[in-house]
Amino acid sequence: MPVTRPHKDLRSPRPLQERLISNVLLACAIVSVLTTAGIILVLLVETVGFFRVVSFGQFFGDTEWTPLFARKRFGIWALISGTVLTSAIAVAVALPLGLLGAIYMSEYASQRLRRVLKPAVEVLAGIPSIIYGYFALTFVTPVLQRVIPDLAGFNALGAGIVMGVMILPIIASLSEDAIYAVPDSLREGAFALGGGKCAVIRRVILPTAFSGIAASVIIGISRAVGETMIVAIAAGQQPRFSFDPRVAIQTMTAYIVQVSLGDTPAGTLEYRTIFAVGMTLFVFTMALNIASFYLRNRVMRGGVL
Amino acid sequence: MTRVDRQRAESEAGSSDALASPKMRVEDLRAWFGRSEVLRGITMPVAERRSTAIIGPSGCGKSTFIRCLNRMHEVVRGARTSGRVLLDGEDIYEDGVNPVRLRQLVGMVFQKPNPFPMMSIRENVLAGLRLQGIRPKNRDDLVERALRQAALWDEVKDVLDRSGSSLSGGQQQRLCIARALALEPEVLLMDEPCSALDPIATAKIEDLIHELRKQYTVVIVTHNMQQASRVADYTAFLYLGELVEFGRTDRIFTSPSDPRTEAYITGRFG
Ligand SMILES: Nc1ncnc2c1ncn2[C@@H]1O[C@H](COP(=O)(O)OP(=O)(O)O)[C@@H](O)[C@H]1O
Ligand SMILES: [Mg+2]
Repeated sequence: MPVTRPHKDLRSPRPLQERLISNVLLACAIVSVLTTAGIILVLLVETVGFFRVVSFGQFFGDTEWTPLFARKRFGIWALISGTVLTSAIAVAVALPLGLLGAIYMSEYASQRLRRVLKPAVEVLAGIPSIIYGYFALTFVTPVLQRVIPDLAGFNALGAGIVMGVMILPIIASLSEDAIYAVPDSLREGAFALGGGKCAVIRRVILPTAFSGIAASVIIGISRAVGETMIVAIAAGQQPRFSFDPRVAIQTMTAYIVQVSLGDTPAGTLEYRTIFAVGMTLFVFTMALNIASFYLRNRVMRGGVL
Repeated sequence: MTRVDRQRAESEAGSSDALASPKMRVEDLRAWFGRSEVLRGITMPVAERRSTAIIGPSGCGKSTFIRCLNRMHEVVRGARTSGRVLLDGEDIYEDGVNPVRLRQLVGMVFQKPNPFPMMSIRENVLAGLRLQGIRPKNRDDLVERALRQAALWDEVKDVLDRSGSSLSGGQQQRLCIARALALEPEVLLMDEPCSALDPIATAKIEDLIHELRKQYTVVIVTHNMQQASRVADYTAFLYLGELVEFGRTDRIFTSPSDPRTEAYITGRFG
C-alpha cells in the first residue's frame, strides 16, 4: 500500500526570521544598485547637456583645453594625454618591481618571511594618497631636479613615479596571489623535466599565472587613472597635449578637482565640462574593470587555479 | 630485510644477469620530512631495461622512495635524505652532482596527469627541452617520435596545437609520458601513473610500459597487485618505510618469503 502521509518537513514554511533577513539584504542590494544607477544618470544628463552646446568634433578633434578662458577650446586630448602619461610612468615603475617582488615572495621567500612580507607590502596600500602627493612635490621632485636640471617644479615624472609606488602593492600582492595559486603539481612536473628554477618560473609558472598577473596590472592602471590627489598636488594644472614628463600637465581627475573647488556656478557650461570629463574618465576605468573582470574569470574557469 | 632474505635476493641476483650489473643501486637510503623518518634504510638494485614495481600499503613511503631516485624529494621544504643511490655506479647524492642534469637522465611521471595548461600538445612534448634552453632543429620529428613511443600519436596528430588540458585523463597521462620520453632519459620513474585513470586508459598505459621496458629502465609505484604482476619483472614490497622483500615478481607473488608480504598480496591488510 502506498504511503499517503504528506512529508511535513518538506512543506513547513520558512521561518519569519529568515524571511526578514533576506528582505533586509535585498533592500541593501537595491539601495547600492540604485545609487550607482543614480550617479550614472546624473553623469549622463549633464554630459548630454554639455554636448548640446559643444560638438563631438570640438571635444574629440582638438588638443587644446581652455574652457575657463575667454577663448574656449574643448580638446579633451590635452587632459587624456596627462592621464595616460602619468599612468604610464606609474606602470613602468610598478610593473617590474611588483612582479619581481611577487616572484620573490611566492617562489623564493620562506613561508615565515612570506607571512611577514605580504602584509607589510599591503600596508603601503593604506597610506592616504594626499601623503603621497606631498611626498612627490616636496621630496621626489627636488631629488629628481638634481639629476634633471630642467625639470619643472610641477611635473608628470615625479607624480608618476610616486603613483607607481602607490600601485606597487596592488600589483605585487595580486600577482603574488596568482603566482602562488599555480598548482605545485606543475612546478614539480617542470622540475622533474630537468628545469632550473629560473627556467621553471619563466616558462611554466609565469605563463600559467598570466591572466591573474595581467588582471593585477589592469587594476593597478585603473587605480592610477582614477588617482586624484597625487596628480592634483604634484603634476600641475596645465592641460597640454604633450608626453614630455618634465613639464607641468593636467590629468582628467586634476581638472575635475580644479573646477569643483573653484567658484564656477552650477548649470553653466564651464560647470558641465566636469561631467563630460568625468564621463570620459568613467568610460576609461569601466573598460579597464571589464578587462580585468574578464581576465580573472578566465583564470577561474581555465583550470589554471 | 632479514639476513635470509638478503641471501635469497643475492642468490637471485647471481642467477639472473639483469641484477648482476644493475642500472641503479640504492644503498641504505633514509629519508625524512622534518623530523619524521619515512624511509628507514633501503637497499636494493634496479635492473637495467627491466621494470621494477614498488608496492605497499598507502603511506609506507613508495612515493618518497621513487622521488629519491631523481632527487625530487629534496624539492619539498624540510625534506632530506642519507645513504647512497648509484646511477651507473655513480652516487647521485655526491657533492657536485647537478640535480637538474640528473633529472634529464631520470625522468618522472606523476600520479595525477600534470600537462602544462598554457601549452599546446606540441609545446608540452617539447617542454623539457625548452626548460633546458634547448631549441632542437628537427622539432616535428622529435614530437612525433615521443608521441608514437607514448602510443598517443594517432589520437592527437591532427590537434597538436590544442591545449594539453583539452585531452582526456588517460591521454594527458600519455602526454606526460611523451614529455618525459622526449628528453631520451635512461630511467623512467612512474608514481601510480594509472590511479587516476579508467580501466581502458589503464590497460593502454600498461601495454605501453610493456614496450618501454625493452628500451628504458622503468620503476613503477603501484597499489594494484594485478598491475604489478602484469608489468613488472621485479617487485619490491615496502612496509612502514622498510623494504620487506625484493625479488622477481613471479616469485614474490607465488612464494613470498615474509609473512607480511604474503598478508599484503593476499589482501589481508593495506
Ligand atoms: N610533504 C610531506 N610532508 C610531511 N610528511 C609527508 C609528506 N609527504 C608524505 N609524508 C609522509 O611520509 C610518509 C610516506 O609518504 P609517501 O611516500 O607519500 O607514501 P606512499 O606513496 O607509499 O603512499 C607518510 O607517512 C606521509 O604522511
Ligand atoms: Mg604515493
